[in-house]
Amino acid sequence: MTRENLFSPSPSARITIKPIELNDIVLETFLQNLLNALQWGSFYSLIALGYTLVYGVLRLINFAHGDIVMVGAYIAFYISAALLGKYGMPQVLPGWAVLALTIPLTMVLTSLVGVTIERVAYRPLRRKGAHRLYVVITALMTGLILENGNLLLLGASRKKFPELIDKVIYKVGAIYVTNLKVGVILTSVLSFIVLHFIITKTKVGMAMRAISYDKFAIPLMGIPVDTVIVFTFVLGSAMAGLAGILFALSYPILDPYMGMSIGWKAFIAAVVGGIGDIRGAFVGGFILGIIEISVVAVFPSSYRDLIAFSILLLILTIKPTGLFGVPHTTKI
Amino acid sequence: MPLLEVDNLTQLFSGLCAVSELKLSLEERELVGLIGPNGAGKTTVFNIVSGFYQPTHGEIRFQGRKLTGLKPHQVSALGIARTFQNIRLWKEMSVLDNILVAQHYHLGYGLGGLFLRTPRYLKREKDIRNRAFELLEIFKIDQFAEEKPTNLPYGMQRKVEIVRALSSGPKLLLLDEPAAGLQATDVSELITLIQWVFDQFDLSIWMIEHQMKVVMSLCSQISVIDFGKLIASGTPEEIQRNPEVIKAYLGDDQL
Amino acid sequence: MKRLSVPILLVILFSILMGLSYFEVIDLYVQTVILFMGINIITSTSLNLVNGNMGEFSCGHAGFIAVGAYVSSILSVALFTKSRAFGPPILPPELAAYGFPFVLICGGIASALTGLLIAIPSFRTRDDYLAIITIAANYIIITAIINIDKIGGARGFMGMKRVIFAMEECAEIPWMVLWVFLFTVLTVIIIRRYMSSTYGKGVEAIRQDEIAAEIMGVNTNRIKLVTFMISSGLAGIAGGLYAHTVGYVNPKSFDLLKSTEALVMVYLGGMGSITGSVLSAVIFTLMLELLRPLQIIKWVAIPLLLIIIMQFRPEGIMGHRELGDIFPKLKKFYKFK
Repeated sequence: MTRENLFSPSPSARITIKPIELNDIVLETFLQNLLNALQWGSFYSLIALGYTLVYGVLRLINFAHGDIVMVGAYIAFYISAALLGKYGMPQVLPGWAVLALTIPLTMVLTSLVGVTIERVAYRPLRRKGAHRLYVVITALMTGLILENGNLLLLGASRKKFPELIDKVIYKVGAIYVTNLKVGVILTSVLSFIVLHFIITKTKVGMAMRAISYDKFAIPLMGIPVDTVIVFTFVLGSAMAGLAGILFALSYPILDPYMGMSIGWKAFIAAVVGGIGDIRGAFVGGFILGIIEISVVAVFPSSYRDLIAFSILLLILTIKPTGLFGVPHTTKI
Repeated sequence: MPLLEVDNLTQLFSGLCAVSELKLSLEERELVGLIGPNGAGKTTVFNIVSGFYQPTHGEIRFQGRKLTGLKPHQVSALGIARTFQNIRLWKEMSVLDNILVAQHYHLGYGLGGLFLRTPRYLKREKDIRNRAFELLEIFKIDQFAEEKPTNLPYGMQRKVEIVRALSSGPKLLLLDEPAAGLQATDVSELITLIQWVFDQFDLSIWMIEHQMKVVMSLCSQISVIDFGKLIASGTPEEIQRNPEVIKAYLGDDQL
Repeated sequence: MKRLSVPILLVILFSILMGLSYFEVIDLYVQTVILFMGINIITSTSLNLVNGNMGEFSCGHAGFIAVGAYVSSILSVALFTKSRAFGPPILPPELAAYGFPFVLICGGIASALTGLLIAIPSFRTRDDYLAIITIAANYIIITAIINIDKIGGARGFMGMKRVIFAMEECAEIPWMVLWVFLFTVLTVIIIRRYMSSTYGKGVEAIRQDEIAAEIMGVNTNRIKLVTFMISSGLAGIAGGLYAHTVGYVNPKSFDLLKSTEALVMVYLGGMGSITGSVLSAVIFTLMLELLRPLQIIKWVAIPLLLIIIMQFRPEGIMGHRELGDIFPKLKKFYKFK
């Protein structure tokens, strides 16, 4: 069950913790778990942001999104391997520089993949006026093609993502913090801030919100809808690419099905936050991360999905529109 | 006892007062109108009466029975039917099916009967179907029974919607702007139709309408609301002369 | 004649299938493929009721299939066979042939009750939220099964082949062909009867305009509940048949991939069309089997094929129509309501 291990959040396994005072243990375990939860939630958040962007603009549940994360991780793998001199290229760059180059390149290439899918699979269907759910089914199929196509092309052997930066362990008070964890959490917060700025302050962001508000009036206002949709996919897929790199850095074993489960879960996180609202996706991702880590801290890890999803269902039962969603008023 | 009593009805939408302390009543066998400028809260009143909104304050009684707290389908089963401003027929169902579904309140069979095709089920289905055809024939639209509503002209769709409302056997029929979007010739036809429905069926009609021609020629009593408040009520002649009404419609400094 | 044409056709088809299987003209592999077709027909027509007719988006159909599969398997194994988990048979194994339909129906009822639990929170939510609720429910059901050690947990549960053997003690006939055929026909009849009644037309009304339906006197919440329960109950029966056809169940075989298959069959066939769901279930099952030699390529080829089909028929094979709507002349020869 290697796949199960990949998803079980135990990134701190390699850190050796020195013997400590007994009365500190509870607090320390809590803080350590909180940190893990924030890191785990960062992945969900980044992926949920992509889901929510596309949903907000197109009302399309882009079920291929989790697999785009996987594609991002593989793209990052090949770029960094190439830069590290694996394919005959001379290695001139240090690890950190490779990482610094890999991140933007991966984001660009992943968004290209996302836009291609939009152009080839989704847009023609939209043009033909197909029912919205047919596009959703196409998205599901696209996800399957990405997963199995990858397996077909690259074979079943798992890829080991190179360690690009040396692990640094800081000791804050009594808990141990790795540079990677801090990096992941900071990156997700930062990307949320950037995204929030784009959505609320820029012209194209306003156009995105306008389309989600009224998709019939917008073309009449002279806004190029297709361009805005492409931009949405660029943003969402770039986020997915970023999530892919960060995930690969934290759990360096890649396999073609790595995006499936985390994608479905991120979608649920986006809905619990209130789908269509990027604040909701961001917060929802962290909530799911925190719930999952808390469950694993108390119960056997096989209970994780059972309890975590029950809690999410409970939240949705109490607040059906999600945490940030506004109730939809119907006019008659 | 009045058929419908609206008592101190108030509806707030997150602070916005759509209807405020409205007091109205409707007798049996009455054809009355509700008018007012755009956004005055007329449709909101209808939505509350049909159970779609729960009022913030106040009460509605229908034949002495409290309506507040009931679900729309329960209100419908008590005998209140309505049409909509922007026709809301089920577009992908045939005209006949539209009429059938509106009789849901008195199906009179259970799921067991449905799956086993018991004699009772077959009889009830036949009755419901016969009743639908009867209505279609009375209104001379039985030739469109298998047609989809979207294939019919707009005026005909209005008619089908009225027939659908009648098929649930209402004692009170709410018409929400029946003349909206109709051509002048269709409007006079509609007036005849509504008058005919009122004469033929044992019911009261309460209608919202913007076209004065319709209200003035049909209604015996008219209530006028503006900003959710009742500003006048009386016969059409009284309403036409009422300065408050003229002010509400045309503004202060006109006339 | 018009009234009898469908029953006569069904009897002929049934006799051919039973005969071919009994005299081993078709081998076990072909038999299994035919059985899967029937099971997939139940799966797709039942999901079609919620996703096609009612217009909701339920994504976790496999969860209900799992409940039915496990409940009926546990019951049949405990009742009619000697097993390590449940000890000696509770009833004499000779009764297996008679008891089996009841066991299946128990599985269906269990699934319907699970459906009830899930339908209630869905009242207050709008369209796509049902997708989440059902996906989450699918996860919950599978992890719940994994965590019950008594029924095998993640290893799966087996012993259903012995139930079949017990049935064959009674009479040496291809029992599963009989049951699958019977329940497939029953499912289609149930759904057809439901949707052609005035009560069931309320389901269509909900899809087209839920507010108008509620205001015109349709008890929308109750119809949603009933429809959801019928759909999940039938899925449970499909699960029971699947478990006894394969002889072994494993929580992994009811994951979201299985739900995806069900979704594909519904939308490939055309939303709301029973004929479409039946056709697409048959086509899909055949496609899976015919492309088997391609191995891993199959899992790229099938989704690709489906995407291409959807580009050409963006409303599915049948659209929202039935056989009689496409070939009105055929209506003269059969009556099926």
